[in-house]
Formats: sequence, C-alpha cells, structure tokens
Amino acid sequence: MNGWVRVLALHGGLLAVLFAAQFLLPAYHHGNLARIMVLASYAIGYNILFGYTGLLSLGHALFFAAGMYGMGLGVQHLGLTPAPALLAGIAAGAVVALALGLLALRTVGVAFMIVTLMFAQAGYFTILYFSEITRGDEGFVIAQAQRVLWGIDLSASANRYFAAWALFSACLLACLWLVRMPFGKTLVAIRENEERVRMLGYDTFAHKLGAMVISGAISAAAGASYGLLFGSAGASFAGVQYSILPLLWVLLGGAGTVLGPFVGTLFMFYLIDLSSGITTAYMLIAGVVLVVLTLFAPQGLMGELRRRFWRGLP
Amino acid sequence: MTLLSTRGLSKHFDGLQAVDGVDFDLPEGEVRALIGPNGAGKTTFVGMICGRIAPSSGSVVFDGADITALPAHKRILRGMAYTFQITSVFPRLDVAENVALAARRRLKGREMTRAVDEVLARVGLLERRDEEAGNLSYGHQRLLEIAMGLVQKPRLLILDEPTQGLSEGEIASFKELLREVAGQTTILLIEHNMSVVMETADRVSVLDFGRLLAEGTPQEIHENAAVQAAYLGTG
Ligand SMILES: Nc1ncnc2c1ncn2[C@@H]1O[C@H](COP(=O)(O)OP(=O)(O)O)[C@@H](O)[C@H]1O
Ligand SMILES: [Mg+2]
Repeated sequence: MNGWVRVLALHGGLLAVLFAAQFLLPAYHHGNLARIMVLASYAIGYNILFGYTGLLSLGHALFFAAGMYGMGLGVQHLGLTPAPALLAGIAAGAVVALALGLLALRTVGVAFMIVTLMFAQAGYFTILYFSEITRGDEGFVIAQAQRVLWGIDLSASANRYFAAWALFSACLLACLWLVRMPFGKTLVAIRENEERVRMLGYDTFAHKLGAMVISGAISAAAGASYGLLFGSAGASFAGVQYSILPLLWVLLGGAGTVLGPFVGTLFMFYLIDLSSGITTAYMLIAGVVLVVLTLFAPQGLMGELRRRFWRGLP
Repeated sequence: MTLLSTRGLSKHFDGLQAVDGVDFDLPEGEVRALIGPNGAGKTTFVGMICGRIAPSSGSVVFDGADITALPAHKRILRGMAYTFQITSVFPRLDVAENVALAARRRLKGREMTRAVDEVLARVGLLERRDEEAGNLSYGHQRLLEIAMGLVQKPRLLILDEPTQGLSEGEIASFKELLREVAGQTTILLIEHNMSVVMETADRVSVLDFGRLLAEGTPQEIHENAAVQAAYLGTG
C-alpha cells in the first residue's frame, strides 16, 4: 500500500510538473516539450510491446503512420472534424496491429524483428505508391481551420501544449494501470519465461496479440495527435527511422518502466538539441554519450534507478 | 473411474524412438510413480500428456474427453498442472508473484493472496515471499515450483523429478507434503529416489527405452527381476 502511494506520488508528480511547466517555460522549450510529450506517448506504446512483453518490433512506424494517416486522410478527404479523425487514426492503428500481430506473432526473435520491419517498409511504400491520395514524400498540410477541436484551436501553442499534456497523461496512466492489472503482469511473465506461462494455462498467443493491439493503438494515438498538433502528415513518419527512434528512447529511459519512455525521449531530444548548438558534428557527440550510457546504465536511466534504489518501481 | 489414459502414445525425434506405443491408465485419486533409467522417455511421455510435446502418434484421454488435439493451455485449464524437471520459475519476479501467476486463473483479489500465502507456508517459503525467485537456493526453487503446481488445485498433478537436488531434510518434508496432497488430487510422479517412491506411491509404472516395462505396487516392482535388470545398466 505504502509503495502504491509512492508510485502515485512519483507519476502524478511528473504530470503536475509538466502541467505547471507550460506557464513557466520560455517559448522555445515550451514548443519542444509539447513535441516531446507526443513522442513520449509513442514510446509508451512501444514500451508495452518491447519493455513489458519482451517483443522487439522494428516496425512501429507502421502504427504511428497508420494513426497519422488515418486521422489526416479522414480530415483531408472525408472532411472529418478532429475528434472523429483522431478516433479513426486510433482505430486504423489497432486494426493494422491486429493484422500484423496475427502474422508476425507466429515468429519469434530475429524473425519477428524482420517480419515487422518488412511490413513497415511495405506500409511506407504503400504511402508513396498512392501519392495521389497521400501526397507521397511531400505529405500534406492540415490547415489551421481543420484543427479546431471543440472550439479549441490546436495550432495555438498554449492549446497545443495542453493537448499534448492530456495525451501524454492518458497514455502514462493507462500504462501504469495496465501493468498493475493481471493482464499486464501476465505480459511481464511472458517476457520472463513464455513456456512456463503457457504451462500455467494461459493462452500466450492471445496475450501477445492483445499487447500488440494496445501498443499499436497507443502508437497510433500519438501519430494522429502529432499530425493534428503540428499540422502535417508525411511519408517520412512511416520510414525506418521512426521505427528505430522509439526503441532508442525506451532503451535509454529504461525498458519495462512506466516513466522510461518519457525520460529517454526527453534526454535524447535535448542531447541532440544541445550538441547541435555546439558543433555540426553533433551526431558524433550524441553517439558517444549514448555509448557511454549503455555501458554504465545498460537497463536505461529508470531501469538503473529501479535496480539501485527502488525495486518495486513499475 | 479412470482420470487419464493414453493409447499407443509414441514420439520419435528423428531416428530416436523416445516413447514407443504406451498404453497407460491412471485411476482418479491414485498416486502413481513413473520410474525408469535416464533417457527412458519419462519427461517426453508426460510432455505429451500435458501438451508441451506433440505426439508422433497415439491419443490422450483426460476425464473422458480426447484431448490429443488440445493446446497445452487448454489442457491445464481442464485441471492438469505440470512442474518442470529443469526448474522453470520466473527468476526476476518475486516468490509470491510466481505463485500468484499460477493462482490467478482460478482466484482473484484477497482470496488469491490468501491462497498464495497458504501454499507458500505449506512448502516453507512464506518468509521469502517478497524475495526475487532467482535469489532462492536451488532446493527452494524446486519447492517454489511445487507450490506453483499445488496452488492450481489441479485434478491431475504431474511432478517431474521434484526431489532432484533436494537435501535429505527437504526430501523428508516433501514426502510429508505429498501424503497431505494425495487425498485431494491424482498425482503422476516421476521420481528417481526409491525411498520417495516406496513410501508415497500407490502403484508404480516402469518405463524403459520408451516402452512400459512393468506396472504394480511398489513392493511388486521392487521384487521384479526385469526392473532390476533395466536399472543394472545405469548402476
Ligand atoms: N527435443 C528433443 N530432441 C531430440 N531428442 C530428445 C528430445 N527430448 C528428449 N530427447 C531424447 O529422448 C530420449 C528420452 O528423453 P526424456 O524423455 O527426457 O527421458 P527421461 O525423462 O526418462 O530421462 C532421450 O534419449 C533424449 O535424449
Ligand atoms: Mg526426465
């Protein structure tokens, strides 16, 4: 019980700090943090499959893009308003994740990585191929008039920050709730020893499929929100880079921790931001820092915190 | 009433006939020991019963239903529990959570917690409930494995060499435990330790080179010449 209070205090505390930060931060960091919270939501989705269930996907850009295009195409071609468009994006991500899960979860390990990578690439090329609808590589702009949700203009920076915070809070709390549920605990057990879970009478395939759909839906919610808040959709968000990034963020922040995705996203965003202010060879600095971090905190920042100080940290 | 039976159950791995046409019947309520030299096919045999291993041919009937085509988790849901020969707990989860995973399919909330603590007390691990399972000694991990089987309150409990690596004292309390459980559930026990077999089993089946060699009371098996010959090879 006492542990649960501490957990709530930590996670609620972060959300409170992020909420208060919008009134204090200078414009530049205010904009950054809005973006970071949306990307961290994507990382939370990724973490449910990778960190908690132990399935390393190299194709999550497919879900992010499914959300972005499910929302964007709905607005662009069907004239949807933001709320139904957002739901369309999430539904698109969930359906794509279900279909991919039914195929890819028949494989394990490296084969799973390759199958997810291939399908994400297929998704990327599909977007390029139907460029009349998707505007291919260039993408398309979602006009300010199309981004008004319940009378709130999401292109205004204060509203945008608040919307990003609301999304991030929802994802964080959903993740926290999930991993304390029997379903989430079973996912962790599958990560630790799948054969044993099966022999305790659990349908491990169904559990992994469920994790995939939840992970895909959260990733899609982030993708749809990204398009809505920053006003564009483009094929680059479906590329390999956007499948690798959430893996890096989660590894840095701590796989299988609720706060890890945010910590990793924040850290990497500012690492690149700061080092690019110093030198044009900023990727070199970023690379060295990442190597050092993986050497000294192989379980990521929050993973290290858990290992050293707080064993029960979810 | 017969709880479990197999007919012509066989498994070959490439050229090797690990289990060879076994017809086996286990009445409800019995404690049956399954013995035989290393490599006789005991683990493979029970693996086919609980669905870990797909048979090459033959059938398995549990509680009157043919379950040969059922996946493992559905067999477990019908009331089987299986403990692994090679200790297979969740090393990075704590002891109570290991048992809770086994209990949660049956129970929820406070009732579940109570059942977990009860079983942990029974195997003598209650004080270690919050420790990581990987930090337990080998013997304690075996006991945890047994606790995970017991908490499921199975109709058929399959134990694959549960006393392997236990100390004398731990074996004595295991026998005690087994006698307690014996009244409540049917047990199929793979066991090398003859004192455990002699003291706890109602009947004994002997497997050798994948075939059922003999079956009888512990006393009969003890005096059986063919069984002794099968064991002589392994010393
Ligand atoms: N997965 C496998 N692949 C190939 N051979 C196996 C496999 N599992 C068991 N065997 C072989 O089948 C035989 C029976 O093994 P096992 O059932 O483990 O025997 P026991 O439990 O009686 O010691 C052994 O010769 C073993 O090497
Ligand atoms: Mg064996």
